[in-house]
Amino acid sequence: MSWFKRNKEGITTTTSEKKETPEGLWHKCPNCKTVFTQADFIKTNYVCDRCSYHERIGSEEYFQILFDKGDYTEIDANLTSGDPLNFEDTKKYTDRIAASQKSTGLKDAVRTGYGKVDGLDLVICCMDFAFVGGSLGSVMGEKMARGIDKAIELKAAFMIISKSGGARMMEAGYSLMQMAKVSGKLGQLSEHKLPYISFLTDPTTGGVTASFAMLGDINIAEPKALIGFAGPRVVKETIGRDLPEGFQTSEFVLEHGFLDYIVERSELKKTIALSLRLFKN
Amino acid sequence: MSTYLDFEEPIKELEEQIAQTKQIGLTTEVDMTEQVKKLQEKLDLKTKEIFSNLTPWQRVQLSRHPDRPYTLAYINAISDGTFQELHGDRSVKDDKAMIGGFGLLDGKSVMFIGQQKGINTKMRQYRNFGMANPEGYRKALRLMKLAEKFDKPIVTIIDTPGAFPGLEAEERGQGEAIARNIYEMMRLKVPVICIVIGEGASGGALGIGVGDKVVMLENTWYSVISPESCSSILWRSWDFKEKAAEALKLTSTDMKGLNLVDEVIQEPINGAHRSQEDMFEITKQYIKKTITELEKIKPDIRINDRIDKFCKMGVWK
Repeated sequence: MSWFKRNKEGITTTTSEKKETPEGLWHKCPNCKTVFTQADFIKTNYVCDRCSYHERIGSEEYFQILFDKGDYTEIDANLTSGDPLNFEDTKKYTDRIAASQKSTGLKDAVRTGYGKVDGLDLVICCMDFAFVGGSLGSVMGEKMARGIDKAIELKAAFMIISKSGGARMMEAGYSLMQMAKVSGKLGQLSEHKLPYISFLTDPTTGGVTASFAMLGDINIAEPKALIGFAGPRVVKETIGRDLPEGFQTSEFVLEHGFLDYIVERSELKKTIALSLRLFKN
Repeated sequence: MSTYLDFEEPIKELEEQIAQTKQIGLTTEVDMTEQVKKLQEKLDLKTKEIFSNLTPWQRVQLSRHPDRPYTLAYINAISDGTFQELHGDRSVKDDKAMIGGFGLLDGKSVMFIGQQKGINTKMRQYRNFGMANPEGYRKALRLMKLAEKFDKPIVTIIDTPGAFPGLEAEERGQGEAIARNIYEMMRLKVPVICIVIGEGASGGALGIGVGDKVVMLENTWYSVISPESCSSILWRSWDFKEKAAEALKLTSTDMKGLNLVDEVIQEPINGAHRSQEDMFEITKQYIKKTITELEKIKPDIRINDRIDKFCKMGVWK
């Protein structure tokens, strides 16, 4: 004898009456699987309340976290990629770019904004990993170069938020030379005695690590971000054995002397503002 | 014993024929001069034909030709035996994949720095296949600063399949080492010439590749990734290396065409690997001429020109 009795068989709701769970209402932490409402998750700056896992976020989210009242001016917003090599692998490069622009609503893998952080001037170039893996191509190089010019013009500090798999293969030689280009411009910034903060987030690898990301007056990172030159798979193949626990995490890189400090996202704005003040006052 | 690539086979056959004909002339005392001359003409024609129609992939193969001279061979020839190698990064160790030191170029002191590959199995291992660790890049930087202090021009010689992607390399900051070199090379007060003599793979090459003149020998490649790795990532298979080599526009002529390098140094018609002495002489004359030109420019202007050159690179809308 059961407690409840089904009196109609099967699902009786018709498809037209079916109600979908709205997208983006809930968020499940990929690390500890805790479920949050999206609203709560935004309140914690996309960091899991329970295990402090830092979800990857885009440039707009970082700008909102950092700039006072989320207020900033964007420059070079419409710069887009050319296709100097007519590159085609399994897909045409131009098609890849178009598809990425459509799916992300972004023009390329970096955005530049300037404004105030706790009342102090700051120009930020922030990468979007969602756009072709945050890859470094001509557009990124040029936007960073112009961002540095803007910082010099405003006598402001400069910050790059890295989140990238490295160079954009589809721009081959051009993408490689962007490493030199941005590094050269950083030298000019340095001559003006303006601070450059390099903020490394998950992931920062390849050509980005081997150029401007490692050249900050201070290099800082989010907790547990993957930071390295060669990707972990390549290193594993090279040495022919498993990688040690925690290899190429922010904590590992800090321990080996290549970072100044690691900062939780909830403390980010306060910490950056203090660093800026320590350079300035 | 010379090595011949598959597309060089016709050359091998003709060279063998010439040798045989000469041998017959010697043993039978019949005058074979005329025949040898004809065969030699045929060989020259064939060589020209093969080497003027190379595909990008064939150039990649040539850049790795086992008979191709490596960095130390160039330096020793150019400095006429006066090269004095200097070792160590003063911090961790001496990287055998990166060499450097002063040498005299027709009496004038020049700092030579470059990746070194090994000439046989044992030496290849010793040289880590020309893949430098962070201490290699830091040694290179130490030597560049030394040259700057004593106002000596710098010549870097690039021949690497990439910076070493090992565990210790990561621990000791491979990324930071390369980044620091790029940054510092931009601002060196002395003339800097960078010559790709073989493989110019990505950050590993750029780590000693920022200069007033960045040039490539004719049969070399320089790009952001090797055609093999590019094939494995973009096509998810190792079988598209020829296609990748074409797509990457990595040959000297392509790179010059895109203004990503300053010049192409022509090789002897049968390639650097068959006419080594000629290649050394051509390279030496190029370095000599270029140093003289660069030394006429004031250091701060030279530095600005260097930065401007790299800043112009890129295509956007």
